[in-house]
Amino acid sequence: MSTIPSSPDDAPVLEVSDLSVEYHGEYRTVRAVDRVSFQIGRGEIFGLAGESGCGKSTAANAIMRLLRPPAVITGGSIRFRGRDILTLDAEELRALRWREVAMVFQSAMNSLNPVMTVGDQIVDIFTTHEGLSKSKARARAAELLELVRIDPARLRSYPHQLSGGMRQRVVIAMAVALRPHLLIMDEPTTALDVVVQQEIMAQIAELQRELGFSVLFITHDMSLMIELSHRMAVMYAGRFVETADAKTMFADPRHPYTRALINAFPPLSGPVAPLVGLGEGVRFTDIPDLREEQPGHWVAPVPVGTVIDGGRS
Amino acid sequence: MSISAPATGTRADTEAVPDAVISLRGLSVDFPVGGLFSRTVVRALRSVDLDLERGEILALVGESGSGKSTIARCIARLERPTAGQIFVDGVDVLRSEPRRASREFRSKVQMIFQDPFGSLNPAHRVQQFLERAARLHGRAKGADQMRELVAELMATVDLPMDMLDSRAFELSGGQRQRVSIARALAMDPEVILADEPTSMLDVSVRIGVLNLMRRLRDERGISMLFITHDLASARYVADRTTVMFAGELVESGASTALMARPAHPYTQLLLSAVPNPLRAGSYDPDERARLRAAVLDSESCPFDGDPNQVCSRTEPVRHDVGPAEDRHWVRCHLYRPAADVASRALAVDTVEG
Repeated sequence: MSTIPSSPDDAPVLEVSDLSVEYHGEYRTVRAVDRVSFQIGRGEIFGLAGESGCGKSTAANAIMRLLRPPAVITGGSIRFRGRDILTLDAEELRALRWREVAMVFQSAMNSLNPVMTVGDQIVDIFTTHEGLSKSKARARAAELLELVRIDPARLRSYPHQLSGGMRQRVVIAMAVALRPHLLIMDEPTTALDVVVQQEIMAQIAELQRELGFSVLFITHDMSLMIELSHRMAVMYAGRFVETADAKTMFADPRHPYTRALINAFPPLSGPVAPLVGLGEGVRFTDIPDLREEQPGHWVAPVPVGTVIDGGRS
Repeated sequence: MSISAPATGTRADTEAVPDAVISLRGLSVDFPVGGLFSRTVVRALRSVDLDLERGEILALVGESGSGKSTIARCIARLERPTAGQIFVDGVDVLRSEPRRASREFRSKVQMIFQDPFGSLNPAHRVQQFLERAARLHGRAKGADQMRELVAELMATVDLPMDMLDSRAFELSGGQRQRVSIARALAMDPEVILADEPTSMLDVSVRIGVLNLMRRLRDERGISMLFITHDLASARYVADRTTVMFAGELVESGASTALMARPAHPYTQLLLSAVPNPLRAGSYDPDERARLRAAVLDSESCPFDGDPNQVCSRTEPVRHDVGPAEDRHWVRCHLYRPAADVASRALAVDTVEG
């Protein structure tokens, strides 16, 4: 930890350039992340949208250096506050994870230990990572629960005594316990009902304003992402097909795949107009590099003649 | 959609509405919980009255655990109701076929499930699914007729003919769901019960499946009960939407009218929670708390003084909302659902302040 150069305020927290990740199978190799580049600024919420299998979770795991064979990072660089993450050794990684970059996984609420109270699990963080005494750690744990609006009396509860939404709040509180600079969230609300989902997203936005961390937010739900993110990227088959300011992406999606994703969520007001999705079996291949069409709005050009029709409506 | 007498204020009726292909009256389901000798039950459905009319798509929306799938499972005869009647084409099927559904019933009412990976045997070919269904229900005589029928089914669901030889495991989620729909159509059903048919599909192909549902209604006059937690897709495909909460119906009406002017606090709560890029960051915890309180324990009903239906704390009285053609009704605000069920459903887990 002593060798970290402090980055100037305006420097990006995370810089990913030309990142490629491959899965090496016995018979073939799949490129799950293909020459992907993006930056996340200080206090910025960056959304990464895409469907299952597009490589978004692989990219997140690469940033945390959580990939295991057969997944291999085959190219590019990942710099976190100026440091090259790909060259860190095991000890440096241990110091980086959780304290500087924390992650909330898709089914994170099931990652709580069922036979330990919530309090003991939170206390563990502070005694292990910060060397606090038991009683100090307990006080910090109570503060932490209050931060996500859970009654500190719940410290004595076991995970099964909490609702799904409450468990997810606990996990988010634990992720930000050590005040990381970057929080990676991979589909943090997918298993929850809309009402609880909205409350948790509001909670995350509030924590982010209060603590000022940056967020890499991964989901397939475009409406949710546009609501929360500052900037976002759409990923398809390992490639970025579009990146822009979230509001611009919603108002003026350029790539047909982005449009299909946005169309998948019909509006709740106005006339019911027929929408067209992506046709069954439509595939984009050899996606070219992004081109800047408007300042800050980058789009991968679609080759002329690509059939993208959604069939009959 | 046919114009018939609105189904509001007809709680005393035990007869089916003439235009309804399916009518539920007083449908209740209790699930036993606890051990072998436990007498505790959870009431999953409580006296549900519902009409699905010919050629309409009716959406049933609500959160997980609200009982919407239980309704579909009862109609499909996969679940035995504790009480109540199910009329299909005016016949009380629980009485006419008390033990199990006849083949005739099964060809009339088909179900599509949420998980197209679980509902199709991965090792079977697409052709087998379709031919088996058609053969069992005597829909094709001879090889020529069968070939014709299969070709027509594939065309209807927009799948290429050369996919007939594919095995289910080779198909994407969207393609599998189209095969499930084609298999249901092989019986020439009057009604399709679709239980979250798009929630497990990749988002970019969801609209395609919703469009297919609309087309089946418009071109074949198939009635559909569309069960979903997604209000936006309910509005997109369904003529009418019914909202469920804690095993009971709370509001129903033409989808666009209902979502433009939700009358029940629970419907308002659900609608306010749908992610919407047009009103980003508008979440208001005070408003949320007010709506929750109104759902669980309302002090007043805005329809107090309704000449047709007197407000009641104990009976789920239905008040009419807006013009008659919207067929929009809301359950009386004063009516309280069973407290434990309701608060569990609303997951009130935040400490205010």
